[in-house]
Amino acid sequence: MSIFQITLIVGIVMQSVCLLLTAIRFAIGPTLPDRVTAFDLFVANVIGIIVIFTELTNNEDFIDVAIILSLFGFLGSISFAYYIMRITK
Amino acid sequence: METSIDWELVREIASCVFILSGAGFMLIASIGLLRFPDFYIRMSAITKGSTLGLGLILMGMAIYFNQPGILLKVLVIIAFTYITAPVAAHVIGRTAVQNGIAFWEKTNLKEFREYLTKHRLERQINQDRYTEEAPVTMEKDGGAGDVAGKV
Repeated sequence: MSIFQITLIVGIVMQSVCLLLTAIRFAIGPTLPDRVTAFDLFVANVIGIIVIFTELTNNEDFIDVAIILSLFGFLGSISFAYYIMRITK
Repeated sequence: METSIDWELVREIASCVFILSGAGFMLIASIGLLRFPDFYIRMSAITKGSTLGLGLILMGMAIYFNQPGILLKVLVIIAFTYITAPVAAHVIGRTAVQNGIAFWEKTNLKEFREYLTKHRLERQINQDRYTEEAPVTMEKDGGAGDVAGKV
């Protein structure tokens, strides 16, 4: 295992710590918009993990997963914001 | 004299630097999401930090693969993220302001409070007009009620 692969695994571990901190905020978030922003950061972290995994395994097919996930993350946060706007009026 | 450069090693080093800095930015954004005192400050932290970190990680991968197709896909993801992240943050922040999510007590809110009082006063004036017009004509009241329900 070369230094390059060790560096990529360190990057994945940092992203996993990010996911853990975001999950704590998702659990204790006082309001619903806090949880929506935590979900936004979830999606960004998962895209980062997929990209580093693509580089680690040298398989170029996983980038399409990142494209679709970035699209659906935007749709998810917009629809959650619309839902919050509708349930309080 | 050795003039041949090992481009594989150069690409690996550049990719490692980009990916580690991007992961560091995302870690900073996540710590900010956990530690900041207010919803709006938290949203500011994660919008900037996660967008920049994701862009750095994607550029690191594009440098490592060194192919035009991969670079095109990476640029598509970066452009989409850079366009949609501020839009989503703005929509969520506007919804939070409309729902009255509490601010931090040290936030300087003087001008914003003036704006809010003016906004709410205008809304109350409009509601007073509706209630004044209500007993005069019943049909217009029904139409206004439908419009208010749709809006």
